[in-house]
Amino acid sequence: MMGNTRPIFKRELAGYFNSPIAYIFITVFLGLSSWLFFKGFFVVGEASLRMFFGILPWVFLFFVPAITMRLWAEERKVGTMELLMTFPVTDAEAVLGKYLASLAFLALSLALSLVIPAFVALLGNPDTGQIVGGYLGGLLMGGAFLAIGLFISSLTENQIVAFIISVVVIFGLFILGEDFVLFGLPDRLVPVFSYVGLGGHYDSISRGVIDSRDIIYYLSVIVFFLYLNVKSIEVRK
Amino acid sequence: MIEVRHISKRFGATVAVDDVSFEVRKGEVLGFLGPNGAGKTTTMRILTCYLMPDSGAARVAGYDVVDDSLEVRRRVGYLPENAPLYQDMDVVSYLEFVAEVRGIPPGERLRRIKNMVEVCGLGSVIGRGVGELSKGYKQRVGLAQTLIHDPEILVLDEPTTGLDPSQIIEIRELIKEIGKERTVILSTHILPEVEATCSRVIIINEGSLVASGTPEELDSAAGGEHTIHVSIKGDEATVKAVLSGMAGVRSVDGAGAGDGGFTRYTVKAADGGDLGEKIFRAAVDNGWTLNELRRETLSLEDIFLRLTTLEPGERSVE
Repeated sequence: MMGNTRPIFKRELAGYFNSPIAYIFITVFLGLSSWLFFKGFFVVGEASLRMFFGILPWVFLFFVPAITMRLWAEERKVGTMELLMTFPVTDAEAVLGKYLASLAFLALSLALSLVIPAFVALLGNPDTGQIVGGYLGGLLMGGAFLAIGLFISSLTENQIVAFIISVVVIFGLFILGEDFVLFGLPDRLVPVFSYVGLGGHYDSISRGVIDSRDIIYYLSVIVFFLYLNVKSIEVRK
Repeated sequence: MIEVRHISKRFGATVAVDDVSFEVRKGEVLGFLGPNGAGKTTTMRILTCYLMPDSGAARVAGYDVVDDSLEVRRRVGYLPENAPLYQDMDVVSYLEFVAEVRGIPPGERLRRIKNMVEVCGLGSVIGRGVGELSKGYKQRVGLAQTLIHDPEILVLDEPTTGLDPSQIIEIRELIKEIGKERTVILSTHILPEVEATCSRVIIINEGSLVASGTPEELDSAAGGEHTIHVSIKGDEATVKAVLSGMAGVRSVDGAGAGDGGFTRYTVKAADGGDLGEKIFRAAVDNGWTLNELRRETLSLEDIFLRLTTLEPGERSVE
């Protein structure tokens, strides 16, 4: 990790676990996603994780803003922003350190949820390709959500405001590409919206179709919002 | 070490800093004085690269605060007002974090942290969470954080606010001690603090610099006039004539004969220098009895009040 990204990353990651918040978040995430999944799983009676990956974006919609809401808003509120920005740390290093910490936290939560496919594998024979694709897609989509949430956290000193606005913005960008929005659009705009929407690319990856264009899409969203984040910190000057 | 040239900074319609210039030489402890909202914090934030000036330039340790911001930040230790700290960390891991960010090599970090714990008196709170410390200890952790990379320049924004009197004295002693081999800028609105710790003073009001100099220099700059009270037994007319004839004396007022034949005179002079001595010699030469010879010095407090309450046009600067 370049220069001062490392200490920032370490501090932020430890920050999650210095308070009970991390454990609460992880418990709620695992509890909610397994409950929603298994509720339908036994009804359908099919050893498939399709439903789990279908639920994931909706759980992430609330889980990811909860992970990112604190990252900048608290610095502003407590005044540590002034310390951080007068340390020999570039704006990009600070943004990247925080982003990677939130990504590590998300990856850890996702890794813990592997108990769900493990359990399904005990009962039947789920499609491994779909599981790999689903987790890769989940990490990419979650990573994009995180970049959006982190950027929004830098705009306010109120964590709750950061949370709510993040949920709204992510939801808005997510449904752009959903069918019920596309139906109402003129034909020319359909491919644009369907490409820009945060959900469609995940759908294809989580079906097990790993296309580099979908990966590039999420990476571009991440880079775009991290760039906005760097700019939004600079503005204070 | 620090060179500020015509910096200005505005926030919307308010001008926080208006064309301020000053210099701080190596080894000086500069007191930055002014009422609340005068622009002290903004100026310090510009010097520490938290804010950028709208116009003008500042160089710290030879580096421009805008163009070489990282170099400046490496050489400065900054304690913002109220010593904000990461509340969720304990004292040692916080200092470790700062040491790492400050680029202290891993092998040396522990030694530096131990040193800071000793210098700042943190021994008794070493494992405690930063969030649960008292205000005084937070301030010390803040100071330890500012000093950990052994910076050439320290910028301390109101380092003693919110502390009780004994803590204030301790922190001042600490600042004096660490200021011996470093360049320090210290802001405050508490006057005795400046007299206790600073070798030079800058007074700022409503964003503009109103005075700068050693406390003694400010004395003559602000007053421009010195007053000496004498009480003499002797012929009033002669005394007045002799006193008025002395170099630099502007006026002599006699208050009439008082108790025991002594007359009190108020002598106002442009330059207070050795006037007292001259009056004493004149009294000896003329065979007067001298009962009182007192020089009225303006305290920093008077200077401050004078300079910060004058209308812009009336200011007598430097």
